[in-house]
Amino acid sequence: MFARTAWLIFRKDLTVEVRSRETIATTLFFAVSAVLVFAFALVKEGRVVADAAAGILWIAIAFSGTLALGRTFERERYTDTLRALMLAPSDRPAIYAGKLAAVLAMILAAEVVLVPLVAFLFDAAFLKRPAMLAGLLVLGTLGFASVGTLFAAMLVRARSRDVLLPVLLYPITIPVMIAGVRGTAALAQPVPDQPMALFWLMLLAAFDAVFVTLSLWTFEPLMVD
Amino acid sequence: MSPRTFPLVVVAAIAGFMAAPFLIAAAPYESTMGLVQKIFYFHAPSGMMMFLAAFLSGGASAVYLFKGRPAADRLGLAAAELTVLFGLIVLVTGPLWARKAWGVWWQWDFRLTSSLLVWMVFVAYLLVRKYGGPGSDKLAAVVALFGAANVPFVYVSVNVWRTLHPKTTVVPSLGPGMREPGPP
Amino acid sequence: MTIDFDRLEIDGVTRYYGRRRALHNVTFSCGAGEVVAVLGPNGAGKSTLLAVISTLIAPNGGEVRYGSHTARSAGALLRHRLGWLGHELQVYPELTARENLQFFARLMGVSDENAAVAAALASSRLESRAEEPVSGFSRGMRQRLALERALIHRPRLILLDEPFTGLDGPSSDALALRLRALAQAGTLVLLATHDVDLADQVLDRAMVLQSGRLTDVVAGAGWRQAYRAATRREH
Repeated sequence: MFARTAWLIFRKDLTVEVRSRETIATTLFFAVSAVLVFAFALVKEGRVVADAAAGILWIAIAFSGTLALGRTFERERYTDTLRALMLAPSDRPAIYAGKLAAVLAMILAAEVVLVPLVAFLFDAAFLKRPAMLAGLLVLGTLGFASVGTLFAAMLVRARSRDVLLPVLLYPITIPVMIAGVRGTAALAQPVPDQPMALFWLMLLAAFDAVFVTLSLWTFEPLMVD
Repeated sequence: MSPRTFPLVVVAAIAGFMAAPFLIAAAPYESTMGLVQKIFYFHAPSGMMMFLAAFLSGGASAVYLFKGRPAADRLGLAAAELTVLFGLIVLVTGPLWARKAWGVWWQWDFRLTSSLLVWMVFVAYLLVRKYGGPGSDKLAAVVALFGAANVPFVYVSVNVWRTLHPKTTVVPSLGPGMREPGPP
Repeated sequence: MTIDFDRLEIDGVTRYYGRRRALHNVTFSCGAGEVVAVLGPNGAGKSTLLAVISTLIAPNGGEVRYGSHTARSAGALLRHRLGWLGHELQVYPELTARENLQFFARLMGVSDENAAVAAALASSRLESRAEEPVSGFSRGMRQRLALERALIHRPRLILLDEPFTGLDGPSSDALALRLRALAQAGTLVLLATHDVDLADQVLDRAMVLQSGRLTDVVAGAGWRQAYRAATRREH
């Protein structure tokens, strides 16, 4: 029942997204703009400060991920369908799981474009270890999205929700940012520092395990008044 | 607090405030730093109190979320306010020390940076309570719970980030006991 | 495992939002086959009461009983028997009418999904537009679709929050007839509205809320005058 409901919601979200293409288009565009802004800020004499490419990538992911999170719940708020989902006879955490999977898919889809773009613009070498890079991106985005989905859901009925989401999300996901940036930077070294990247990968895995669990536990008490 | 314990607590606090200046003045001067080192009598205990209050707020918030007891919510709010207050002391005294000791206000050392991150989460708690509208007590409770659960991750990630990538030129030039703020 | 009930008992329900008292000691009961209105001016607490009955909000005092069950005792199973139609229509504009109905049918655990969707399309007279995205529908069409969405799992209790808002005359009458038919089939229909001009043949009884209190219960002929008198008393 849980898996079925989560899958149903995941598929519905992706269908809606594919039809409207709104979230992924705006997310991707915003991410690229962010990358360009950082480029103008940080590129000196045609080269970027060492390790900055990794930082730029993850900041772009964080900013555009926040947008995507806001959009998926704004839509449910506008049509009041979140209430319909909450009134379904299934386990309520399944709603969280479905929405998380969908927003994760959308942000990862944006990263498919973003990562090669950043590597290309800043001549960064992190694509040399694609498997580990993919691991960092997936686990890092999951960490960010797991907390973000919960917060975005709970802010649906709050005032000042647009400004509160980043205010709440960024401080808590700083460990994810640190792990993502340092891990990616480790992979971008002339000799990729694999043990270091592996350490950050494991930290991300631990973060994901803790915060997905916490989110599943707190989703229902949070959403029912 | 019950009407009987409150006067006792007030008396204890007054006694503490009166004795503290004498105790601090009577402590021996540290050889190289001199008077400035005494700021530690504010900095270190405030740091401990800040983390204690953070965990207390997180725990009380979890109880409030799952059991709905209003007393737990009040405790969570009070502890969050204390976290912010003690955190503020840490974040003011730390740079004051650093400026005198190393000539730099902030150099991303891992304890101060970790404190800053935990402090920010609890400032966010207070912002949610103030600006979140109705139902913001539960929203804030989640923030406190997640903030408290985050402390080990902040600790590890900031620690590894700093120790493997030392930043400024000031640090390597200091004597070995001087590099990290902490009890000597 | 399923549960069912034939009486709804609202017993001393109280609900606060901070200092503000949204509902105060509301007690009322009704049974399957009735159409009951919750009347009152804006801000009277109608939506809050409906939200409490729908189990999305817990009361601070009192309880709501569905037959012998409460929201706490029955848990998720109770939601099989509840339906909700709000002012925001709770359909996805990007999906087609059929996709919306299929999604909600699956979500609500309807066993004969295809038959239910076909029946829903038929009774909302949207069969010809079934494959079009809902974003192109008029309000009346969306309302008909939303009503079918709310009923697709054949709930025992259907809660409607201001369902007649934005409907023209013929659509209003059609909705009223539909609600009557539902009641005759054994559903308990509870609707909240601040609009008194409803078809007389729809309502069996009406409860009047003012500032969170149940001030009157009116029934039978002349309920409209009784309601107007009750609200005039407040001013």
